Amino acid sequence: MFSSLAKLGRYRALIQTLVVRDLKARYRGSVLGFFWSFFNPALLLFIYTFVFTKVLPSAHPAGMEPIALFMFCGILPWTWFSSSLLESSNTLIAGGNLIKKVMFPAEVLPMVTVLANMVHFFLGLPILAAFVLYYQRPIDPLELLWLPVIVLVQLVLTIGMALFLSALTVHFRDLKDLLGNILTLWFFATPIIYSVDMAPADMRWWLNINPMTHLMRSYQDVMFFEGSFSHQGSLAVLGAGSIAVFLAGYFVFDRLRDSFAEEV
Amino acid sequence: MKPAIDVINVSKVYRRYARRRQFATLKSALLDGSLLGDLQPDETFQALKNVTFSVPKGCTYGVIGSNGSGKSTLLKCVAGITRPTEGDVHVDGRISALIELGAGFHPEISGRENIFINGIMLGLSKKEVQRRFDEIVEFAEMQDFIDAPVKTYSSGMYMRLGFAVAIHVDPEVLLVDEVLAVGDQGFTHKCLDKFSDFRRRNKSILLVTHSLDLVEKFCDEAHWLDKGVSKGEGDPKKVVAAYVMNVEDSEEHSLAKAEAARVAASASETPQAPPPDVDGERAPENPVDDAETARDGFKATEGRWGTREIEITDVSISGPDGESGHVFQSGDDIKVHMTMTASQPITDFVFGLGLFNADGVCVYGTNTNLEEFQPSEIAGEASVTFEIDSLDLVEGTYRLDLAAHKADGYPYDYHRLLYTFRIKSRVRDVGIYRPAHRWKFAGGITFKAE
Repeated sequence: MFSSLAKLGRYRALIQTLVVRDLKARYRGSVLGFFWSFFNPALLLFIYTFVFTKVLPSAHPAGMEPIALFMFCGILPWTWFSSSLLESSNTLIAGGNLIKKVMFPAEVLPMVTVLANMVHFFLGLPILAAFVLYYQRPIDPLELLWLPVIVLVQLVLTIGMALFLSALTVHFRDLKDLLGNILTLWFFATPIIYSVDMAPADMRWWLNINPMTHLMRSYQDVMFFEGSFSHQGSLAVLGAGSIAVFLAGYFVFDRLRDSFAEEV
Repeated sequence: MKPAIDVINVSKVYRRYARRRQFATLKSALLDGSLLGDLQPDETFQALKNVTFSVPKGCTYGVIGSNGSGKSTLLKCVAGITRPTEGDVHVDGRISALIELGAGFHPEISGRENIFINGIMLGLSKKEVQRRFDEIVEFAEMQDFIDAPVKTYSSGMYMRLGFAVAIHVDPEVLLVDEVLAVGDQGFTHKCLDKFSDFRRRNKSILLVTHSLDLVEKFCDEAHWLDKGVSKGEGDPKKVVAAYVMNVEDSEEHSLAKAEAARVAASASETPQAPPPDVDGERAPENPVDDAETARDGFKATEGRWGTREIEITDVSISGPDGESGHVFQSGDDIKVHMTMTASQPITDFVFGLGLFNADGVCVYGTNTNLEEFQPSEIAGEASVTFEIDSLDLVEGTYRLDLAAHKADGYPYDYHRLLYTFRIKSRVRDVGIYRPAHRWKFAGGITFKAE
């Protein structure tokens, strides 16, 4: 396992090329091209703003204004997380030709999926930033320095899970459908469209064992709430946990690797 | 020297999972509590069994066999796409596999971008692709379409581009799986030229193909696989002949089967029948060849095989004086005389002759089929004489292949490199063939009269 982990560095150029290919191919033939990456989150933000200021104006406590922006802070990284997992569960099967016919390091495929989705996440950030400025949220520019750390933790965690899922889906094809449902459930079990403080006290414990809770709170803290960043501790634990998930995911992937060429 | 490819006792067992359907579902796995059980194979299928061979550097090695004989599995094991269940594969140097051309091309983006992506996938750096880019495009004959998305390409263009990228990876070891049918005649020739270029630069090719012609012409050694088992290895002509015989054998009805088996047995019983006419005058054989012969009948570069339905009983080579001999002058008229017996009347027969120099290069080869003699019948005693008015060869030792076989190659009696003769020449010119020629000089050139 560690010998193949060591090889990962050599695939840097390959991963980079494939991520670019993925992004290029996604918008090839569309009129707006890369603009879609800005347009989609912007539209989403407008809809949320409309719903929670006009349709349901009282559905949130004070201090959460504008609620749409708050939600957006969580939805952007969540979208990265969930579409990465959904797509990577299918990525080995879709890339079957490569695995069966070429000497191809299979672990590159789920990683490329996660990274391509990360680029989409990055493209959504300017929209978020524009609205943060527009609403003049009192955020501390120094806190923004935490953002790369949070992203890194999420990246490691997501890649670990993506490796695990992509390898297992080769053997259990219905994992993909199951995953869709689990992710919906997970979305509501994570403080994205509500804050932890809004959750009933006896639910807090459950929210706390959800790793995504801590990631989302970190994002919200950096980009929405005032006050100094206070999640260093949970981020450190989560970071260590993510590395463990990555290693475990890679271990499972490596064990099942030989079966891919025959099973996809 | 370390061989380019070393395949040691390789076996490959494919696993078949899940008795009821193709893929296990997680639901069934959880309900039946058979999560681990479903990851265990239910049945196995042996695709390769104890296959061993090695390909020296600079060698072109052909693998033949019927469908399902394990050829492609073997190639995948060598390529490292699948791991052998048992045994080891060692490959020295960078491999490029022409197994699936253009695997990894993305239909939506341009040929130009796909060349870069594909090149990087095959192990080049971006700079290396850049350096080879023009060559690749030119080789694929795609100058006009290189910026169009790949989905608009015809299948031929797609394959050509895939081939061009794969071959320009400049591997030490090239694995080829039946991909020469990707273009018109011109392109195929270009591919073969490229392969020849590879050989000259001492790189190795492992070729899996159904084209027996290609194996005979192109390969230095051949390997015959049958249902995952190695059936023979060595001289391509010999292996192909054995394979053709086997194919016919399997096609014929059960009645003919017994006969074919007897035929095959007799062929393998006497792979090294001493040449009838060589009265101890034959040039001493390479001792290495002898050692190989002892180990494996197919490995021999010389020998005799066939069913003997037509048996060549005597061969003589005679010069201008009409006497049988072994030393001739360049330009002599030579007769090769074969005496033969047909055990029963036979209507499908071809007589052939091949002339090789000491390096094993075929100087000339022909047969009665190529020269459009329509066989009618051979029965009982017969003789064939091949006359050359002027054998214009340079000085050296030459060897002859003589054969009687069916039009499709099924051998009656094949004498491989059994007859040796020497050509003497006053002139120490070089090469193989000496065309009839003269020099003419004009102007201020003079030579000293001898």
